[in-house]
Amino acid sequence: MANEIIIPTPLRVYAGKQDVVEAEGSTVGELLDNLTSEYTELRNHLYNDEGKLRHFVNVYVNDDDIRYLQKEATPIKDGDTVSIVPSVAGGSGLAMAIK
Amino acid sequence: MKPSVVVEKPMALNNQEVARYSRHLIMPEVGMSGQLKLKAASVLCIGAGGLGSPVALYLAAAGVGRIGIVDFDVVDFSNLHRQIIHGTPDVGRSKLDSARDRLTAINPEVTVVTHEIALSSDNALDILADYQIIVDGTDNFPTRYLVNDACVLLSKPNVYGSIFRFEGQASVFAAKNGPCYRCLYPEPPPPGLVPSCAEGGVLGILPGVVGTIQATEAVKLIIGVGEPLINRFLIYDALKMRFRELKLRKDPNCLVCGNNPTVRELIDYEKFCNVTQVSEPHTESTISETTVEELKRSIDKQENLFILDVREPQEHQICRIPGSTLIPLGDLPTRLVELEGYDRMVVHCKSGMRSAKAVQLLHKAGFKKAKNLRGGILAWIDKIDSSLPKY
Repeated sequence: MANEIIIPTPLRVYAGKQDVVEAEGSTVGELLDNLTSEYTELRNHLYNDEGKLRHFVNVYVNDDDIRYLQKEATPIKDGDTVSIVPSVAGGSGLAMAIK
Repeated sequence: MKPSVVVEKPMALNNQEVARYSRHLIMPEVGMSGQLKLKAASVLCIGAGGLGSPVALYLAAAGVGRIGIVDFDVVDFSNLHRQIIHGTPDVGRSKLDSARDRLTAINPEVTVVTHEIALSSDNALDILADYQIIVDGTDNFPTRYLVNDACVLLSKPNVYGSIFRFEGQASVFAAKNGPCYRCLYPEPPPPGLVPSCAEGGVLGILPGVVGTIQATEAVKLIIGVGEPLINRFLIYDALKMRFRELKLRKDPNCLVCGNNPTVRELIDYEKFCNVTQVSEPHTESTISETTVEELKRSIDKQENLFILDVREPQEHQICRIPGSTLIPLGDLPTRLVELEGYDRMVVHCKSGMRSAKAVQLLHKAGFKKAKNLRGGILAWIDKIDSSLPKY
């Protein structure tokens, strides 16, 4: 079974410019592993050198943050949607606010 | 003797204000009491740009009594497609002067306070302390974390909005019992891993939608009606015209708002975000560079040189260096074969950030003579060919 992963705008360039990618896996970890073995550049953006999910990237199963479920061991059911939500700073044009 | 009682002069609306706010006053959710709360309220907008424009415009129109704005920039042509508080005649003026004129024209009943300063750990608590609600419309991580931490330390709600290309985010952080920005993102991304708006572009209308959501949340918090965006994270995709909502939780281990906070005062946010000089690539010192003057000499001498443009096709359409070949940075790893046989190579982008990454990649792939063009095509336009348009 394949589940949909919603790719956020800033990371689409590393996922073949797609906004939704399907991947297989019974847990979030497996799903992301399969996703990043297909899109290898995405791996560097999702995981740090120790192979842990980066602190500025959150992963949701439906509307729940996996940090409050079972993290990467969170099981995936048929029909669940996984979202990758990175922090985005963009706003006003106040680019150099701190000098 | 009667005990002395301090009686505050009750705030009231004059007849002109009643006429102005009549469509608020006849709604039970706002009414006279809500409108008086707005009049007594104070909101600080951090930034008078894409998000700050609709926020300040609507808060002024709604009758928020005191509106503060922090900014230190001047209006530029490239602002006008989204920063609707400013107009063409304002180009070159201070954003604060331009914003104040516009807000006063919309509603002379409100007080506009301008703070022409770069928000920093030294001044943020003093500035924010004077306001009831903070609206974050900045576009960089150090200020985001600074505003968040200051709001937590001062117990003031932080109405958050963020935009990129066609996608926006909104939430209310640091409200009573609600999560803060650090609960959601404990750490910022390292510089260069996430493109900025200047690099990635933004649909002009997007900050209009997200900023209007922020203004709505500020007004709801002031009046005390409805369900605020606390514990909720709203994501808006303009291309799909779809809103999604994710659950947020207060992190008991959060360093600033958790049960045992270790951040009890403002810190060095540049250091925290690992930003030393925002405009320069952090890899600069380790890669070989060339200048636009040297490049021009090589072109004039018709030297055998490959000029590689790693920007996006839409940028290449706006302006280009003569003889350059376009391979966007994202495509470079799979198109290295096209570069085989070339020895000397100059790589450029808009300002030098992306091309620095490209040069690193090329060096690893064996193209040892690849050099980064310092300052990118913007430096080329400034120093060599001013007939080209800047973007």
